[in-house]
Amino acid sequence: MKERAVLDVSKLPLHGLSTASPTWWGTCAFMLIEGSGFALAIAIYFYLLSLAPNWPIDAPPPDLFPGTMLTLLLLASIVPNILVSRWATARALAKVRIGLIVMTLLEAAPLAPRIFEFPAMHVSWDENAYGSIVWTLLGLHTAHVITDLIDTLVLTCLMFTRYGDNTRRYGDVEDNCLYWNFVIVTWLPLYVCLYWVPRL
Amino acid sequence: MDDGLDDAELERHLRQSWETPRGIWNALATVDHKIIARRYIVTAFIFLILGGLLAVAMRIQLARPEARILDPDRYNQIFTMHGSTMMFLFAVPVMEAMAIYLVPLMVGTRNIAFPRLNAFSYWIILAGGLLLWISFALDAAPDVGWFAYVPLSGPEYGSGKRADIWAQMITFTELSALAVAVEIVVTVFKQRAPGMSLDRIPLLVWSMLVMAFIVIMAMPAIMFASSTLILDRLVETQFYNPAAGGDALLWQHVFWFFGHPEVYIIFLPAAGMVSTIVATFSRRAIFGYLPLVMAFIATGILAFGLWVHHMFVVGLPRLGESFFTASSMAIAVPAGIQIFCWLATLWLGRPVFATPLLFVIGFIVTFVIGGLTGVMVASVPFDTQVHDTYFVVAHFHYVLVGGAVFPLLGAIYYWFPKMTGRMMSERLGRWAFGLIFVGFNLTFFPMHILGLLGMPRRVYTYQPDLPWGGLNLFISLSALLLVSGFLVFVIDVVRAWRSGPQAGPNPWKAATLEWATSSPPPAYNFRRIPVVDASDPLWMHPEELAVTAGQRVDRRELIVSSVVEALPEARESSPRDSIWPFWAAIATSIMLIGSIFTPWAVVWGSIPIAVCLIGWFWPKGTAEDIS
Ligand code: HEM
Ligand SMILES: [Cu+2]
Repeated sequence: MKERAVLDVSKLPLHGLSTASPTWWGTCAFMLIEGSGFALAIAIYFYLLSLAPNWPIDAPPPDLFPGTMLTLLLLASIVPNILVSRWATARALAKVRIGLIVMTLLEAAPLAPRIFEFPAMHVSWDENAYGSIVWTLLGLHTAHVITDLIDTLVLTCLMFTRYGDNTRRYGDVEDNCLYWNFVIVTWLPLYVCLYWVPRL
Repeated sequence: MDDGLDDAELERHLRQSWETPRGIWNALATVDHKIIARRYIVTAFIFLILGGLLAVAMRIQLARPEARILDPDRYNQIFTMHGSTMMFLFAVPVMEAMAIYLVPLMVGTRNIAFPRLNAFSYWIILAGGLLLWISFALDAAPDVGWFAYVPLSGPEYGSGKRADIWAQMITFTELSALAVAVEIVVTVFKQRAPGMSLDRIPLLVWSMLVMAFIVIMAMPAIMFASSTLILDRLVETQFYNPAAGGDALLWQHVFWFFGHPEVYIIFLPAAGMVSTIVATFSRRAIFGYLPLVMAFIATGILAFGLWVHHMFVVGLPRLGESFFTASSMAIAVPAGIQIFCWLATLWLGRPVFATPLLFVIGFIVTFVIGGLTGVMVASVPFDTQVHDTYFVVAHFHYVLVGGAVFPLLGAIYYWFPKMTGRMMSERLGRWAFGLIFVGFNLTFFPMHILGLLGMPRRVYTYQPDLPWGGLNLFISLSALLLVSGFLVFVIDVVRAWRSGPQAGPNPWKAATLEWATSSPPPAYNFRRIPVVDASDPLWMHPEELAVTAGQRVDRRELIVSSVVEALPEARESSPRDSIWPFWAAIATSIMLIGSIFTPWAVVWGSIPIAVCLIGWFWPKGTAEDIS
């Protein structure tokens, strides 16, 4: 078949940011998968609740302190997270580097109260179904915090190398910020379920 | 840049940037979607053959009453292996594999989105399949059915590691399916050829897109199910233990929340294949493009309202039952629309009854029968009667084999020339179709009657004084006829692959973009990226292909376009070959298999995975990494 050139693409940018980047869409798709996972886990929490004569089963409601601390820490990280994302869009290398270091620390911080959240539930995973679902929800969320923390750490190192100042890498920083927002947002319904539903 | 070069020079440059060099190591590292898809398809067909052999074993055992060829334990392993292999290692993977091959070509791009993830997903499903089949060879295969109901699969009754192996095999396959779903969604959204607006997307691509979304919404449920099952068995969580506030029915809800949509994960791509084949061999544009797209989407949505119809006999509240009966019947509406559009296309066109179209006709006949019995079992009183009898076995094989295997075989005949550059034989194709169609109906139709006569599913034998003997013998003989049809098919594939006649770029005179390039396509898919202004571009402009100019050829470069209009937005470099996805898959497999035995495998096993992922992600210092 003959070919006829009708469109010149040479002026297009190399690698677009946000919706012009496939990675951004990939991140969204993964958030949709994990969002479905969280939604399902919450549905199962309520399913088990609906079967149980008392909720929590054989345990007092969880202590509020560590979970609330963690929630506050997560909320506090929103503003710097959004700033880093903006700096990445603006390709401000120096600010992105500092911002990523700060974000690494802010993403590690919630792990401290998280350690105390498990005992604050006053139930072990193998005591009953309440314990099982509660530990699963906490575990699921912890896995997300740790993955994103490692991601941020690697990205921070990358941005200090000669590969850093590159549209692709700025896109990665943006996507990483997007994902951390997701980790925060998914925690809020979990927080309500884990700490406040048992007090109703 | 690709302008100002003559064709030969352009091809040389593109080959240099895109081709996978020879050698085992490079073969393990390749990220070419066509190579990976071909592996994936062949692997899935090997599992079809293995699963088919198990079916033959069951039929030999059931051919006469009180046969002693298989003992009950082996029989349990065999029907579980058959169902699990067919559903998780054949049907879903083969549809995804077809998507991996066809979607990038049909939307006119050079590789799938996230090609390294694509390589990873193949290695992962291979590992999951090996896990299952090696356990079978070691007499440790799961024996709890492909749905692994608790408490049979729970810590109390499921002895040894059998149920754990089942659950972990599930995790492997779902991991792979989810990764592929993400690749498909992003390829369709962002890598379509300039001008391929939403209303010009080929129907097969639409069906694969809806399939990918169902995977994304449904697979987390089965991953949750398999993980909690393992947790119950290994670290004594109490999800499914009623004595500690858990619930056995929870398993069925979670499983069927995935298991019912699973049927549409298999069926929708098949519907896309049928639409493509019908249009090409009717020599006209498909009748009702928009209604078909709407029907695909509606099927995808309704698929989630149906899971409870697998659970009518467990005693749910009345209102719930009538809701689910209604939605089970509602799904017949989009199915009816699709069948109507296909028949109308055939009616209005000048159909050529080549082998692919024969399989489509076989599909329409069997699928309608399967649909009718489906409407029957969607009614609670009837389901209560035939539940767990051979009536259900007949029904779901009509739907699964009729609805997926027939279109798939047609699709193989149709796209084989594209994939290999060679034609399969029309004569053998007709034989294969005839034997499979007749053999299939003779095998499965009598099972309806057996079911009404009360023969239960999953029994390894039966008494001679029951009125089932004659039919069972007949079914077993017919199954051999069916198998001989598959044999003809396999012979044809092998023969054609080695020495079939050359196909040329577009042997069927089809309309979509995959036929705009040579057969088999070069590593870079298209010399220049097509520009599209119609939903059947090759019919609108048979002589000349509108293309883009101005892409780099010294490295792998794609065009990224907008979601709705497909206006070009950016040039994107596509990842080079990498061995890291392979290592990452090995590390993941070690972690998943290890965690059958100890939870610590998850902790220690995630370290090598993280290392592999960093290796995978880290730039390698080529031009596009440093700007
Ligand atoms: C090649 C022809 C096939 C034959 C002769 C065949 C035969 C059978 C038989 C005899 C059973 C066992 C019934 C029982 O003991 O309860 C069975 C179960 C099953 N088959 Fe097939 N089958 C075939 C192809 C397929 C295909 C292509 C699929 C899926 C895509 C499939 C999916 C299943 C499933 C899900 C079960 C249920 C297994 C279970 O109860 O755990 N079969 N089949
Ligand atoms: Cu169903």
